[in-house]
Amino acid sequence: MSDYTQMWRDLGLNLEAHDMLLNVLGNAYKDIYLSQKNRPEGMGYFDFVMSEVHGLRIKELIDEKAQGRKIIGSYCVFVPEEIALAANATLVGLCSGADFAIEEVEKYLPRNTCSLIKSAFGFKLGKVCPYLESADMVVGENTCDGKKKAYESLGSLITNLYVMDLPQMKSEQGKALLKGEYYRFKEAVEKLTGVKITGTSLKNAIKTVNAKRSAIHRLSELRKADPSPISGLDALLANQVFFYDNPARFTESVNKICDELEKRIQDKQGAVPAKTPRILLSGCPMAVPNWKLPWIIETSGAVIVGEESCVGERGTRNLVDESIFNLLHNAGDGVNESSIDDNQIIDKMMDAITDRYFKVDCAIFTPNQERLNHIVEMAQNYKADGVIHYSLQFCQPYIMESIPVDKVLEDKNIPTLRIETDYGMEDAGQLKTRVQAFIEQLG
Amino acid sequence: MNYAGIDIGSRTIEVVVVNDYSDIICSLQADTGFDPIAEALKLFYAVEERGIKYESIMATGYGRNLFEIAYANLDPVSNSKKLNLTANCSAITEIKAHARGVAAFFPNAATILDIGGQDSKAIALNKNGRVKKFEMNDRCAAGTGKFLEIMARTLGFTIDDFGKEALLAQNDLTINSMCTVFAESEVTSLIAKGSDRREIAKGLHISVMKRAVSMINRIRAEQYSDLIVFTGGVAKNECMVKLISEKLCCDVLVPDNPQMIGALGAALIALEQQTCKTSKLYG
Repeated sequence: MSDYTQMWRDLGLNLEAHDMLLNVLGNAYKDIYLSQKNRPEGMGYFDFVMSEVHGLRIKELIDEKAQGRKIIGSYCVFVPEEIALAANATLVGLCSGADFAIEEVEKYLPRNTCSLIKSAFGFKLGKVCPYLESADMVVGENTCDGKKKAYESLGSLITNLYVMDLPQMKSEQGKALLKGEYYRFKEAVEKLTGVKITGTSLKNAIKTVNAKRSAIHRLSELRKADPSPISGLDALLANQVFFYDNPARFTESVNKICDELEKRIQDKQGAVPAKTPRILLSGCPMAVPNWKLPWIIETSGAVIVGEESCVGERGTRNLVDESIFNLLHNAGDGVNESSIDDNQIIDKMMDAITDRYFKVDCAIFTPNQERLNHIVEMAQNYKADGVIHYSLQFCQPYIMESIPVDKVLEDKNIPTLRIETDYGMEDAGQLKTRVQAFIEQLG
Repeated sequence: MNYAGIDIGSRTIEVVVVNDYSDIICSLQADTGFDPIAEALKLFYAVEERGIKYESIMATGYGRNLFEIAYANLDPVSNSKKLNLTANCSAITEIKAHARGVAAFFPNAATILDIGGQDSKAIALNKNGRVKKFEMNDRCAAGTGKFLEIMARTLGFTIDDFGKEALLAQNDLTINSMCTVFAESEVTSLIAKGSDRREIAKGLHISVMKRAVSMINRIRAEQYSDLIVFTGGVAKNECMVKLISEKLCCDVLVPDNPQMIGALGAALIALEQQTCKTSKLYG
């Protein structure tokens, strides 16, 4: 591994604290990931990415910046990567998966704030997130009340915060609000990069991000096999790296793993033995290195076959409709090329992007029946023996929704376990008992 | 052949040995202390000293995984005289163990309430005695044996007398805090106000009862029978049994030795697993 000390120093990181963080992360990765048996060889790529997550990847971003690209950081799947890419910017997910500098954080946030929000502050206050420090723009979004109010305080800590509003209802007005916000975001990004989005650049960006999502769809599809060819932890990692990696390289690496998994399925080779109890995990997103619950589940004799989560299927479910590109071709091939101008084409694409993101069934929406339907559908499609619903402590939207989730699954005779926890390890023993008892119940 | 079950809880450890006919031939208990594995091994030394042999061990309770690993890695030189190191050791959760242990005494039990030192659980069973659904407290010790123990101490009662004394209270008194830390300050201020300590004790029991009842109600909605069995150390508390039974308007049954149920269930599952293996071999 190269020496990145100077780069980290230039970014203004607290080197001592950052070393400590990397050390903890490295050990956790070794204990949780590298100790797994029967991993696909293709996971070697992700092992490498993780070992360089604050190193080589950051260097790439710094190099991109030197060439005039801009880096945009985000905390949510509602921030459209297509728009960033089309304006010559790179979108990265920001660190929010571990506790850091808790005492400092509690000067800004009440104690009963969820771990994810606290973590975002901890990484800023502790000066340990190189993604955040290299970002030219940080996008906050009005999802839950916790995040909404927290961004007001975060704004005092970072100078380049941009807040995106989001609808709370799946109505026509809601959709119009989202489209309006995406246009406002488009203008902000164009201003940041000085690059005007064109029909062609947006089309290419849509294709790039669709390819990335399609690769994840392919991976998910392969997890329907029994025995599952890949562990839930490894699949979760792919879903997590989705937010950090260069999109084209990510797509290629996931597709390569899928080739390998297809062969494994043919050979009836699994990451776990056949008939291992299958779990669908549903609920709050799990950012790196929040592997606690999946690790407990998979060391208790079960395998996770799907994640109904923003870091998972909820975040990647739909593609932007590419049929609008025909319009573009027709326009180009037509007799009168100017009959449909670039702005109209862009507007059609903005509609398609809005339609795609508007389907994300985050628990901030009300009512949110689609999510309940999706959970049942996923449990059936992935042949899950049971569903574990994961809520972060103090995450009101998901905790509240866990009750109707439990009810709808019970009506379908799908066993469900509801877990409420945070990033701390103090409750690992109790969680293990509950998870093991749940798995015994399935057996 | 004989089969051993060990339940390593936060406060006590129990070992039960059963024979091929599911009869209990030995049952022992010790405090967990600060070195649960050492205490657990001492219990097995005691079993061996009685000349009782066992084919396999099933561990349960919060120390189950720790014990399973420790047992597999025991030093053969220093332990071979004191222990049967050839026994095969595995682990199950206390939820499954309690379900099996309760079925041995009450085959028609539909619901189990288990309140131990640091955990409380409500378990709904199928007609065939299998776990259908369960609820468990999270990391905090509110509503568990530990909570009652700390409160008894604050009020100057022994844990054995705490329930009896609470039953003698003339009036009910409300304790609002379920958190051990806040409840302790609430109790302190009640003492300062001159409240009767038996009434405070009753109030504390009522608060634990309410939590247990709400846990039971969450899993009991469509149970086929009303029969509730109460296990774990807190089941020895008469006041708690009475309060829960009154609140739910049904009988709450307590086995003779409610703390042994987990270890008994584990031993019976060890026996059944062996029988299952043997019948596969010869069947």
